[in-house]
Amino acid sequence: MTKFFTDIGRYILMIRGMFSKPENFKMYWKEFMHQCSEIGIGSLGIVVIISVFMGAVSAVQTAYQLTNPLIPPETIPQIVRDTVILEFAPTLVCIVLAGVVGSKIAGELGNMRVSEQIDALEIMGINTKAYLVLPKIVASLVMIPMLIVMAAVLGIWGGRVASVASGIIDATTYDRGLHMAFIPYNVFFALSKAYTFSFLIASIPAYFGYHVSGGALEIGRASTKSVVVTCVAVLFADYILAALLLQT
Amino acid sequence: MIEVKNLRKGFAGKTVINDANVTMEAGKCNLIIGSSGSGKTVLMKCMVGLFHPDAGQILYGGQDFTAMDVKQKKEIRKEIGMLFQGSALFSSMTVEENIIFPLDMFTHKSQREKRERVNEVLDRVNLKGANKKFPAELSGGMMKRVGIARAIVLNPKYLFVDEPNSGLDPQTSGLIDQLIKEITEEYNITTVINTHDMNSVMEIGDHIVYMYQGHKEWEGNNKEIIFSKNQRLNDFIFASEFLRDAKDMRQLEETGKISNDRNMEELTAHDAPELVPPPEE
Repeated sequence: MTKFFTDIGRYILMIRGMFSKPENFKMYWKEFMHQCSEIGIGSLGIVVIISVFMGAVSAVQTAYQLTNPLIPPETIPQIVRDTVILEFAPTLVCIVLAGVVGSKIAGELGNMRVSEQIDALEIMGINTKAYLVLPKIVASLVMIPMLIVMAAVLGIWGGRVASVASGIIDATTYDRGLHMAFIPYNVFFALSKAYTFSFLIASIPAYFGYHVSGGALEIGRASTKSVVVTCVAVLFADYILAALLLQT
Repeated sequence: MIEVKNLRKGFAGKTVINDANVTMEAGKCNLIIGSSGSGKTVLMKCMVGLFHPDAGQILYGGQDFTAMDVKQKKEIRKEIGMLFQGSALFSSMTVEENIIFPLDMFTHKSQREKRERVNEVLDRVNLKGANKKFPAELSGGMMKRVGIARAIVLNPKYLFVDEPNSGLDPQTSGLIDQLIKEITEEYNITTVINTHDMNSVMEIGDHIVYMYQGHKEWEGNNKEIIFSKNQRLNDFIFASEFLRDAKDMRQLEETGKISNDRNMEELTAHDAPELVPPPEE
């Protein structure tokens, strides 16, 4: 339990330590752009694949369960749309990104720590928390919500392709269903989750990577631990946000 | 000059540095020696600010580094260059990018001026033309030299070197020692070297501090070290077979079996290897 509170305290100190005047704004901007590319472009492929199949499977399984002839076929795209926007795109994609991005961040910082690269930066007079951690968190806050919006669009499109291909409903019915009973607040909710999860996905692995001590084995352990803790934190935040923002 | 006064540092209740008082002389190669666990690495890390001491002062040119705020410390750190044991080069960057990094971060020079400075320091460490290589393509000795080039690129006043010879063969170790010595004299830097390599001690030790169980046990230069009467220091330095002969000679001197008129230079000076770049790997 003491370890848990120590970690929480050090995590908060790390976050607080990130905010200082940049030594050279240009260099920070360069690092930020580099991280945007690493986190955004680097995760694009897996997000596209997951999103399309997530929507497709969602459409097929919804159709499988809705056997009552009294339920209109337009219900299928509605369920696909709302499930994808409310849960699948933000949460499922972020769980995957916790693995892809989180392990990369923890591994990179952990390796820099054990090979004394972070110490080298410190001795140069650079605030390493600001230079190494902050660009990663800001890049995540910029890129991951974009990936989630893209995942939502691709998921809904995947559902349409699967519905038409397997003859569940035609494209016109699917499109008509998508326009029915749309609640814009759901998009706000999805984006709230996206920003919260983005922060967790970058900051938790950064904490574990930044504070590694030891060697290659410890880097691996920190990487694994960071992914597990991030996943749990994402699921916990998911519940809290749902309880707070989705009042029935 | 760097002065360490009454420095104390411990970890988890265990004292590692215990009331250390050390002075690093300006413009000289100051060596911190001692067996493993004697506290020399912790002392160096306290001096560069990687560890915050529990008590005591570290004075850079009379200014108390330990009492400074973050902004003041940053200013001092801009005058510090450091070569790490594993070189600590940024693995995703080329040699040129590694060396240009401090220039990008702290200067407003043009790209052309920065490149010229990079080529200048690379030339100085005998690595001309290695600009586009990645650290993974370099040998241990070459990595150390890139580390030195990066450390001196901003013309620091102080150069800290942690175990410069670890993982290097004796010939390359000699080259690195000579390079550090030459750079210290050329740039008039106060160099602090943490080592347990007795060859380095004899080659470049202008000022030597022997650490024992967290405090300064002995202080002197590479001529005096052989004749020290300090038993702990003797146990440490004469663990080397190379120096055991010197110890025997000293004993012969003391008992009057040989005369004491030999030139110390003969005892301590070695044929320094010429500083030539190794073949491309």
